[in-house]
Amino acid sequence: MDSREVILERVRRALGRKPGQKPLPPPEPLLRVSYRSPAARLALFRSRLLGTVTVVPEYSGVYAVVEKLLDGQTAVASGHPYLRACELGKLAGVFTDPEELRNACATAGAGITSAYCLLAETGTIVLRACPDEPRLISLLPPVHIAVVPQDRLLTNLDEMLSMTPRPVDEDSSAMVLITGPSRTGDIEQFLVRGVHGPGEVHVVIVQGKTPPL
Amino acid sequence: MARSVAIFVTCIVDQLFPKAGLAMVDVLERLGFEVEFRSAQTCCAQPAFNSGYQDEARAVALHFIDTFADAETIVVPSGSCTSMITHHYADLFAGDSKTMERVNALTPRVFEFSQFLLGQPNLDSLAARFPHKVTYHDSCHALRELGLKDAPRRLLGLVKDLELVEMEAAEECCGFGGTFSVKFAQISGAMARTKVDSILQTGASHVVSLDSSCLMQLRGALSRGGHKVETLHLAEVLASRG
Amino acid sequence: MSAPDSAIRQTLADANLQLAIYSNTGRFKDNRVKAVAPDQLPEYQDLRTRAAAIKRHTLAFLDVYLLQLENAVNDNGGKVIWASTGEEAAEFIVKLAKDRQANLIVKSKSMTSEEIQLNERLAHNELEAVETDLGEYILQLAGQRPFHIVAPAIHMTRHDVADIFTEKLGVAHDTVIENQAMTARRVLREKFLTAGIGITGANFLLADSGAVVIVENEGNARLTHSAPKIHIAIAGIEKLIPRTRDLAVFLDLLGRSASGQTLTSYTSIVTGPRRKGELDGPEEFYLVLLDAGRTKLLADPDQRESLQCIRCGACLNACPVYRKIGGHNYPWVYSGPIGKVITPALQGKENNAWLPFASSLCGACGEVCPVKIDIPGLLIKLRKELVRSDPADRSAFRVWAWLMRRPVMYGLAGRIGRTLLRRMPLGFNFGPLAAWRSERDFPAAPSKSFRDCWKERKK
Repeated sequence: MDSREVILERVRRALGRKPGQKPLPPPEPLLRVSYRSPAARLALFRSRLLGTVTVVPEYSGVYAVVEKLLDGQTAVASGHPYLRACELGKLAGVFTDPEELRNACATAGAGITSAYCLLAETGTIVLRACPDEPRLISLLPPVHIAVVPQDRLLTNLDEMLSMTPRPVDEDSSAMVLITGPSRTGDIEQFLVRGVHGPGEVHVVIVQGKTPPL
Repeated sequence: MARSVAIFVTCIVDQLFPKAGLAMVDVLERLGFEVEFRSAQTCCAQPAFNSGYQDEARAVALHFIDTFADAETIVVPSGSCTSMITHHYADLFAGDSKTMERVNALTPRVFEFSQFLLGQPNLDSLAARFPHKVTYHDSCHALRELGLKDAPRRLLGLVKDLELVEMEAAEECCGFGGTFSVKFAQISGAMARTKVDSILQTGASHVVSLDSSCLMQLRGALSRGGHKVETLHLAEVLASRG
Repeated sequence: MSAPDSAIRQTLADANLQLAIYSNTGRFKDNRVKAVAPDQLPEYQDLRTRAAAIKRHTLAFLDVYLLQLENAVNDNGGKVIWASTGEEAAEFIVKLAKDRQANLIVKSKSMTSEEIQLNERLAHNELEAVETDLGEYILQLAGQRPFHIVAPAIHMTRHDVADIFTEKLGVAHDTVIENQAMTARRVLREKFLTAGIGITGANFLLADSGAVVIVENEGNARLTHSAPKIHIAIAGIEKLIPRTRDLAVFLDLLGRSASGQTLTSYTSIVTGPRRKGELDGPEEFYLVLLDAGRTKLLADPDQRESLQCIRCGACLNACPVYRKIGGHNYPWVYSGPIGKVITPALQGKENNAWLPFASSLCGACGEVCPVKIDIPGLLIKLRKELVRSDPADRSAFRVWAWLMRRPVMYGLAGRIGRTLLRRMPLGFNFGPLAAWRSERDFPAAPSKSFRDCWKERKK
């Protein structure tokens, strides 16, 4: 018998169950979604994010805001259609070439992504790894900038889970909830930011019409 | 006719701290109760239960049940012993439906002293006075199993000229823990000293609790450290007229 | 095996260490209290009840959920490796590393891997496994095991870290914590980018989506599961929960219970391998499901509850015993109250017989447990099994029980005892009384017991 059978057999014996025996249904899931207006969500997100929030009235203003945030640093931008529509690739020092992704991320001053959604209650950026949104852009550079349309701003994790029964699928191998900068308190509980991931997080929330993607 | 209450004077109060028991009687009588002490009583069985001796614990618990089966109200000067009876007799006799019936009939009538007092309408007639600075130690089982956080403090609030100062580590265990106190004496002693530090920081002259076992631990550590703070059971404070 | 008395004595006598343990756990403890207070999380008690119910349910039908998980992992293109022992888990990893010629392995914090001594086993096979959580990295350099389930290096100071870094990394002696963290960033970044395998643990396994959930603050776990070509997650079979949606309950409890954080910096919900078109992420993904004694716990109705543990460490921070003796005086990697329960269960009861007794049963651990494990109750149940092998103790309790059912004899014994104590207040200095007096004074025995006084009163 291989270990798979050994373990399953031990489990069944421990529980007094037979192969194929049906389980009882699990307890009802609890999802606490309370409605908050977009303005309330925005105010909440602003107060909870451990980083800066810049609100831009329409997507055409993103370019200038990101340029200012970068302040001359190099950056890697993901291939997310929203970022392309904002023409961030035209910014000086911003790479979008996927061939050099890993190296570019390891040396860039900032990483620019969009997001699957934002969670107001916890100040969280939710990223789904996918062809347009690689994992390393929000991870290797010391600064992470997320450019996200305001209609992706949700109330909380529960709301996100209620509309996303499967966080991963055939297009996406990972979902990451990013709540503030990378930090550690491992030495004397003294807080240090940016120990492995970005020490700074900036979110640009874009209002107005969606750009032609 | 005076209402009657039976008291269960725990073994540690009986043998080592009779004053706490007498003070409880005094308080109950002042509130108009006729106090009954059943001489067959001994122990609640907790030492054996906590140490893992279930058979021995059952035997002693049955003795308690027999002794108090027909008592209408039973008042106990200990959170720990009360919790043993009201919470853990059910663990001891799970599966023994006949005894469980008796346990279920008995436990609603068992009250920890402060729990019982707080249900009384005429607490003003206590007329307690205790002109000292006092800090209160939450004994673990009273706090966590019986949920007694406010009751003792409210009672202390009724005492004239008493100043209650909260210590930072009020909810931390004193380190007694029954046989733990001797099996792991050095850990137990270290825990007591942490508690003592917290008591001393308040500048209180007395530390008060619902459990004489905790008080024995604290008193032993205070006196070993050469500190003058005294330990008192809540009943002793409530019985005091300054 | 008995308690390591002299090591415990040393810990208790080390004032700096005492302060470090007490203040660090104290901060976690206070942060937890604030984070679950009614004004922050009014539904806290309801969440605990639900989390416990979900865990109980999952364990009761674990066979079904394990198979569901395996299917989902396969569907995602990963592979489940079943390991009935730590040795089997290590064998698989060694073989894979040799096959893929991956000699450098990066690891993020995993108590499960500590449990099976994975690093030692890998080193034995000439594979370099580098811990990347800052605290774990420091400990690996120092050759120590974690002091705390969640905060592995809380017993160390910046000075200790400076010494270790200078000795092991050859960097200049620097006691500035920011600089120390940045040294680790620099050294470990290189490892992340060159390692062939990344090994993570798992906080949760989601049966419905085949995903591994990893909760952390530093980003080292993200790097571990994203940078190398191979991601191996290693997890005990008890880490399962049925649905992704159940995370709503568990994530709300885990961070708050551990450190008072509503959500930690990073929560990764990962399946490998990378999908078609994805530019990064691992090319291969393996989930090692470990038994290593867990099915024994599952079969024991008295102890099964301990498998509900989500390793938040709240019970350690609340425990007055842990806060005195620290983590290294516990015999195994799991310390504190939960360690007292699962160490005897997984590592042998007789070898660890002292552990369940080293508790004042104050109940603080049970009070803070986010999945409502009745740890004091489990300790009492373990005591019940362990006392069978202590005949002297047993006889003492037999005599005690005999006495307690005979009020007159009990009264007499009490009187004799008190009289002897009064005659010789410092006598009888052996056994329990000597142990008591080694730390505290014993109260003066009163001449009359309560029952004596009562009799007089009624006359």
